[in-house]
Amino acid sequence: MFESILIANRGAVAARIVRACKALGVRSICIYSEADAASPFLKDADEAHEIGPGPAPQSYLDQEKVLALAERVGARAIHPGYGFLSENADFAEKVIARGLAFVGPAPRFIRAMGHKTRARDLAAEHGLPVAPGTQLVSESLDDLLAAARSIGYPLMVKPAGGGGGIGMLPVHDESQLAAAVERSRSMAQRGFANAEIYLEKLMRTPRHIEFQVVGDRAGNVRHVFERDCSAQRRNQKIIEEAVAPGVPRAVIEALGEKIATVLTEIGYDNIGTVEMLMDADGTFSFLEMNTRLQVEHGVTEEVTGIDLVVSQIRLAAGEPIDAVLPVPPQVSGHAVQARVYAEDPKRFLPSPGTLQVFRPPSGVRVETGYGEGCKISTFYDPLVAKVIAHGATREEATARLSAALDGFVIEGVKTNIPALQSILRSQAFRDGLVHTGLVAEVMAA
Amino acid sequence: MSRQEIKSEITGTVWKILTQPGQDVAEGDTLMILESMKMEIPVIVEDGGVVSQITVAEGEAIQEGQVVAIVET
Repeated sequence: MFESILIANRGAVAARIVRACKALGVRSICIYSEADAASPFLKDADEAHEIGPGPAPQSYLDQEKVLALAERVGARAIHPGYGFLSENADFAEKVIARGLAFVGPAPRFIRAMGHKTRARDLAAEHGLPVAPGTQLVSESLDDLLAAARSIGYPLMVKPAGGGGGIGMLPVHDESQLAAAVERSRSMAQRGFANAEIYLEKLMRTPRHIEFQVVGDRAGNVRHVFERDCSAQRRNQKIIEEAVAPGVPRAVIEALGEKIATVLTEIGYDNIGTVEMLMDADGTFSFLEMNTRLQVEHGVTEEVTGIDLVVSQIRLAAGEPIDAVLPVPPQVSGHAVQARVYAEDPKRFLPSPGTLQVFRPPSGVRVETGYGEGCKISTFYDPLVAKVIAHGATREEATARLSAALDGFVIEGVKTNIPALQSILRSQAFRDGLVHTGLVAEVMAA
Repeated sequence: MSRQEIKSEITGTVWKILTQPGQDVAEGDTLMILESMKMEIPVIVEDGGVVSQITVAEGEAIQEGQVVAIVET
């Protein structure tokens, strides 16, 4: 096991990794920007070092600063968390080149899966179903129109280098195509410094179902079941659950096994998530693979009892999968997570500010990097806390989550809690009839 | 002619100004794009007219409710 891990992240995920380090007896080394100096979990870490001003490019995204600090404090490994540098293959290579371990897969997997059309090709080559889509489209309007006609409308314009829903734009007919492509390119260039885009068939009301996978350094991969993350606003998840309601377990088991087999063939060597879309007729297609820990990993932990972060670190340190997961994973009950964001509950506009009162509910799991008096700045994403409830049934877990959100007292910023409650209490959600258009439907009602 | 103060709905920074004083704008046009918490928020013209003043600069930090432009309608 590593003697120490530098956590190259902030907020809820940094706090989560500090806990995992404690469980493993590993020295935890946090970094923080000037804007995050008051984060309460920094006191729980063995060390905490300021790394720069608030804007992420000058702190959490400054690779040289992170690497120089890691060397100076004698860190043996770097955990990138999610977001920031977690899916940056160049960074992972630099970490390894300096003699440190990267808590994540080998850089070649990050690079292959980070490019969405290459990832689609790879999935298709290994026999996973892939939604109809194009290769990268050129700047020529004629080529673009021809590419669009080859898959048909409606379609989605997607950045090849991206993630997080950024730059993904729906197009319903030919008249909207050119403008959407231009806008997507611009957002992609700005967000990921890569203006490459491709087109993918847009399903009307798909479900987003993703598989958690766990692999060791020898490339042995297993799946740890699925999560349903269909409740999204602006292509970003807000409510996630394990397992997916209403999908036959045999279907899930077979697809999970297939995914694990494909990733074993490829030699994938740490934790990751394979995101699939399920169409209204039950057909699955590969969407993308995230080569890191997910924001929603907690719901899988709640139903399986597996500590995914501890497992990830042990696997990165070279332990075999049979040692990390000695018994076949099993599902017990149901878990639902809600992401509490600092934003207006009606229009989802950002609402930064100071947490004048911050009293998380008890009796459920709450993951946060904040405490009372902390400032939610404009520099980072609006996540304030993740609230995760477990129950014997989906109904029980949902009721517990809803009750917990009622008891979550936050003053000083607006939050999306009223919107989360509307969704959790909607008939469609309670009936398990989730799909990616559900949030918009509930909010419009 | 009436003078319409365009206010920011959010606290954040000005990312990109897409219009300039003297320019005709129509309902639905984007005056500028603001940024906060990794989100881009466009400032949209509600009633068409002429931009008489842009009161912020690109990169400037702004507060919710702050006037960012004036449009004569």
